[in-house]
Amino acid sequence: MNLRIWGLMSDFQGRDVLSIRELTKSDIQLVLKTAKKMVPIAVGTRRSRSLDGKILATLFFEPSTRTRLSFESAMARLGGRVLGFSGTEGTSVQKGETLADTIRMVEAYSDAIVLRHPQEGAARLAAEFTDKPVINAGDGAGQHPTQTLLDLYTIWDEKGAFQGQNVTLVGDLRYGRTVHSLTYALAELGAHLTFVSPPTLEMPREILEHVKERGLTFRVTNRLEDVVREADVLYVTRIQRERFPDPQEYEAVAGSYRIDEAVLRDAKRGLIIMHPLPRLTEIASEVDRTKHAVYFKQASNAVPVRMALLDLILGGAE
Amino acid sequence: MKELRVTPIKNGTVIDHIPAGLALKVLKILGIGDSVTSTVTVTMHVPSRAMGWKDIVKVEDRELGTREIDKIALIAPTATVNVIRNYNVAEKRRVTLPDRAIGILRCANPNCISNLKEPIESEFVVRSKNPLRVVCKYCDRELEEIVPHIL
Repeated sequence: MNLRIWGLMSDFQGRDVLSIRELTKSDIQLVLKTAKKMVPIAVGTRRSRSLDGKILATLFFEPSTRTRLSFESAMARLGGRVLGFSGTEGTSVQKGETLADTIRMVEAYSDAIVLRHPQEGAARLAAEFTDKPVINAGDGAGQHPTQTLLDLYTIWDEKGAFQGQNVTLVGDLRYGRTVHSLTYALAELGAHLTFVSPPTLEMPREILEHVKERGLTFRVTNRLEDVVREADVLYVTRIQRERFPDPQEYEAVAGSYRIDEAVLRDAKRGLIIMHPLPRLTEIASEVDRTKHAVYFKQASNAVPVRMALLDLILGGAE
Repeated sequence: MKELRVTPIKNGTVIDHIPAGLALKVLKILGIGDSVTSTVTVTMHVPSRAMGWKDIVKVEDRELGTREIDKIALIAPTATVNVIRNYNVAEKRRVTLPDRAIGILRCANPNCISNLKEPIESEFVVRSKNPLRVVCKYCDRELEEIVPHIL
């Protein structure tokens, strides 16, 4: 099966994906539409040899089971092969090799490189040392564009559009890279945004300014109960204990943003609840049974979305 | 007769029109400390028609390279650089803030890859010139304070 859309696709072939902000609205739309077509292959009901003969290097300088396995599954579903490492034990990195040298070496073994690294900016550095496409699979507290793409895919797939949707982001909006990247992308795609967080963990000012510059209206509040009934999408993130010097303060704050059936009493029928996972207590398990819960589906969307990206970048078989 | 506060030099560089109070930071940028072998004259709080008050730095027997001039532009964008050869102004240059500051600033983010032993130069994108805002090309963080991070 040839899923490529000629003409549009040439923009993607051989391209690095380092930050969601480097993707245009039409780039994002192309990835989402391609991902939709990938679903039957991702779940194994159709077969593809689109990336037959291609090799993907997955360099995970820190472990991330979910991201690595979904990339490997995506490559395998398209008929390609994967090599790489997870954790630096036993690698030349432990001997003090620079990232630049590791990349120059791996370039010779593969057609594209997926990189997860604890240092911010690592993927951009890697891309400077190879002509092969580099996909950023998370660089420290920096960027994780494929996570944003699968979040966007989930919203688009569930709601059919971005414009007119009230996307409410809840939790740690100050330090969470996921919500920052998602905000930039949703501002590009025209969603209405609501930011719910404790006062100390509000969305950084420069990101709010960016949303304003895009001509979009948004709302900032500390009170989830004031906005939950207007939400079409509730994107929940974890509030980390270490952000609070006082454990009691943490308990109080975390408790006030906990999603349970009582909080959802007045929610819209079509509300979807998302979470990048793993969750702790921020979404009660009773919510899992409701039609609102899409976070497990969101996680499974990782495979078709990463398949789409790999197929667009590596071009597939002739 | 008007007393000359700034005496002429034979060869070297005169950095004029430095915003008042920033002369010592310019010295820091130029790396002028104890090891300097020529005469350095710092004149602070000089009346200026254009600026109200200004500082002037004179460095004898040294001509500044482009990269050093770029560094000055980061803290003193109004400065002018006069290259003096045999008592004459051989070149008069206005400092210009580059669009990118390469190899002159260190990223303040300790977790940025540019602070590790990688074969790269630091690079900052100048997002805005007034007020000055620079962002690390690698980790995308804005540098809050320029002077302490000059290499």
